[in-house]
Amino acid sequence: MEKELRLMKGNEAIAEAAIRAGADGYFGYPITPQSEILEYLMEANPQTTTGMVVLQAESEVAAINMVYGGAACGKKVMTSSSSPGISLKQEGITYIAGAELPCLIVNVVRGGPGLGTIQPAQSDYFQATKGGGHGDYHLLVLAPSSVQEMADFVELGFDLAFKYRNPVMILSDGAIGQMMEKVWLKPQKKRSEEILPWATTGKPASRPRNIITSLDLDPERQEKFNFKLIAKYREMEENEVRFEEFMTDDAEYIFVAYGTSARLCQKALQLARAEGIKAGLLRPITLFPYPKKRLNELADRVKGMLAVEMSAGQMVEDVMLSVNGKTRVSHYGRMGGMIPTPDEVLENMKSFIKG
Amino acid sequence: MAEITFNDIIKPENLTYKKSKLMTDNVMHYCPGCGHGTAHQVLAEVLEEENLQERTVGITPVGCSVLMYNYIDVDFQEAAHGRAPALATAVKRLMPDKFVFTYQGDGDLAAIGTAETIHTCNRGENILILFINNGIYGMTGGQMAPTTLEGMKSSTSPYGRDISMMGSPIKMADIVAMLPGTCYVTRQSVNTAGGVRKLKKAIKKAVQYQNEKRGTCFIEVVSNCPSGWKMTPVESNKWMEENMFLFYPLGDIKVPAEK
Amino acid sequence: MTEEIVIAGFGGQGVLSMGKIMAYSGMMQDMEVSWMPSYGPEMRGGTANVNVILSDERISSPILRSFDTAIILNQQSLDKFEHAVKPGGMLIYDGNGITRHPERKDITVYRIDAAEEASKLKMQKVFNMFVLGGFMKVKPILKTEYVIKGLKKSLPERYHSLIPMNEDAIKRGMELIRLKSECIG
Ligand SMILES: Cc1ncc(C[n+]2csc(CCOP(=O)(O)OP(=O)(O)O)c2C)c(N)n1
Ligand code: SF4
Ligand SMILES: [Mg+2]
Repeated sequence: MEKELRLMKGNEAIAEAAIRAGADGYFGYPITPQSEILEYLMEANPQTTTGMVVLQAESEVAAINMVYGGAACGKKVMTSSSSPGISLKQEGITYIAGAELPCLIVNVVRGGPGLGTIQPAQSDYFQATKGGGHGDYHLLVLAPSSVQEMADFVELGFDLAFKYRNPVMILSDGAIGQMMEKVWLKPQKKRSEEILPWATTGKPASRPRNIITSLDLDPERQEKFNFKLIAKYREMEENEVRFEEFMTDDAEYIFVAYGTSARLCQKALQLARAEGIKAGLLRPITLFPYPKKRLNELADRVKGMLAVEMSAGQMVEDVMLSVNGKTRVSHYGRMGGMIPTPDEVLENMKSFIKG
Repeated sequence: MAEITFNDIIKPENLTYKKSKLMTDNVMHYCPGCGHGTAHQVLAEVLEEENLQERTVGITPVGCSVLMYNYIDVDFQEAAHGRAPALATAVKRLMPDKFVFTYQGDGDLAAIGTAETIHTCNRGENILILFINNGIYGMTGGQMAPTTLEGMKSSTSPYGRDISMMGSPIKMADIVAMLPGTCYVTRQSVNTAGGVRKLKKAIKKAVQYQNEKRGTCFIEVVSNCPSGWKMTPVESNKWMEENMFLFYPLGDIKVPAEK
Repeated sequence: MTEEIVIAGFGGQGVLSMGKIMAYSGMMQDMEVSWMPSYGPEMRGGTANVNVILSDERISSPILRSFDTAIILNQQSLDKFEHAVKPGGMLIYDGNGITRHPERKDITVYRIDAAEEASKLKMQKVFNMFVLGGFMKVKPILKTEYVIKGLKKSLPERYHSLIPMNEDAIKRGMELIRLKSECIG
């Protein structure tokens, strides 16, 4: 099969990309604005083609624990949900991180807290990047800002998850999930038949038994394990930081924004340049690891950075940590499912520049 | 069960068209022909007639009836998806003289909230669980529910529910009836005047049993979802009578011994 | 060229699918496209709207609050979006059920009585294609042959027999659209 051009919703792109990436299993529970992922997979019925298992679980708690079980077999498994459902998954996610298992978790974020709204938001940044569940751990977090990236990050996410034996999250939002854009789909990959050495697949005589667990009652050993996790996160910070820059070469002021907000800022940037304002945009693609170094470098030569997020101000804390006082940092955000307009963003940049 | 006659139906206590004083004037968001609205009205009538407004605490689910608190003029709590019986447990334990009910859909009660449902009933909490079984996830746009009938199409069972892959529909009323904690388990409907009348009687009994601290009352209302089923209201009622009522037969499943 | 469009009306009027066909056609013409719907229970019987962008360049923001063209199919949407048209932009509306007509003088207003015509011809199913035809006439960005290609791509095979009817509706819509100032009454 050749590469194929389609017009798709972000949610559908995730589903189709999962099939094509050779995923072994998807486990989910309906919730707006991401139910199309499960619906698309049920319609596509990949069980009959690639053999990929698709199951509607009785809850998000069940779904993430199905992922835990599947990942422990060394399979390419994933789940998706939106904010309230992702909160429910946190127990499972911390066990998966603690057991060092690869998997893909998609959060198509909606506004909160609580049941909140079903409209798009970016208010789960802290939860996604700082751990989310209990214990010292991180997910590797990818933030798509187009339908194309929704598709691309499925395969990338699986690759990174297996490379680091760590859960990977695609942190999207209702806007990217629901909108349609052109997307180039990769050809179908075969599902892997490789038996991973650590996976629980039945003990042959040739190896000791494999045990998947996150439990260690001996604090010294547990601490050693915590150090091992930290080393893994440092390695991610070395190798996996991804970001995109727009007009930063001569920029005096920089928008920092990811996902949908980055798209708005691209437009705000055009408007700003048309008015002669020397603005630029840095779009973090990985939210953990965060492009700290690059922001720190830019801080040496710009006059300020404005973080634009659909939240009360979460990522802005990472911008501040990155620049460590070297330049002015401020935040502009809308919440509760409201999406800022490019004009609004530009106005804010102007008042930020005025100081 | 005795046949209902015309004269029964026109008895003042059986008339259903009078709006209960406890129904607010807010415009309901339910789709035309949806059973939720009627179920609300019946419940409100009982709360009004039994003078329960002042001592009622209701728990709403996550589902189409999430906004029920806009329509009935009593105190309400809004639970997380599936957790209403847990909230109700605490309310009743902390304020035993209140009348406490949950109102839950099939996804809420029989999928994500199964544990809460079973254990609340098993503990015999003195509450009323009002269960609206429309065989689908209405609110999220028509996905398969645990109660979806075999072969029934939904957005996540586009080729019809295949029980070899998706399991059989769950009869929650029959399951909770097996638990010693439940005192009254019945299955009713709201698609006819007779059905409405019987549901009202059932809710009145549940009020009595809760006053007598006899255990959990579980009333299932087999209902429709014209939007999720992709049918007109009339078609959906017909389909419900011909299919849902066969699998989920109406009537009492468990009744307490008379005192 | 970048054309930023909003289409708005009742749920059931084919608002989202009309936007989808525009996006598909744009894609067939090698344009960059985006389609951003309103979603959720507000669509249940209520109003629906969709932002469609057709462009020769990479699309920045897919979510907009001001538009080059607004295609309006009911009164609520007219009240909501008349002011969202950029000065010098264009508004197309169906007169059916409209009691307060567009008032702005700094935009070009077209009227298309598509609902009336569709019911006269018993073609209510493709009502939105009349409107699309009207749009194609006054903003000739999308070419009919690509719209047909787009329809083929977006419609399931079992509906392909309906494509000629869609084509007829588009043609009729092209004849039907009038400047509001030229409409009597
Ligand atoms: C934790 C969580 N998961 C999923 C959802 C999305 N959700 C909202 S309502 C619902 C199911 C509703 O179905 P049902 O309980 O049968 O009620 P109905 O709408 O049919 O009356 C779901 C899955 C949610 N709000 N929270
Ligand atoms: S979606 Fe179904 S359950 Fe919800 S209001 Fe509409 S008909 Fe009723
Ligand atoms: Mg239901």
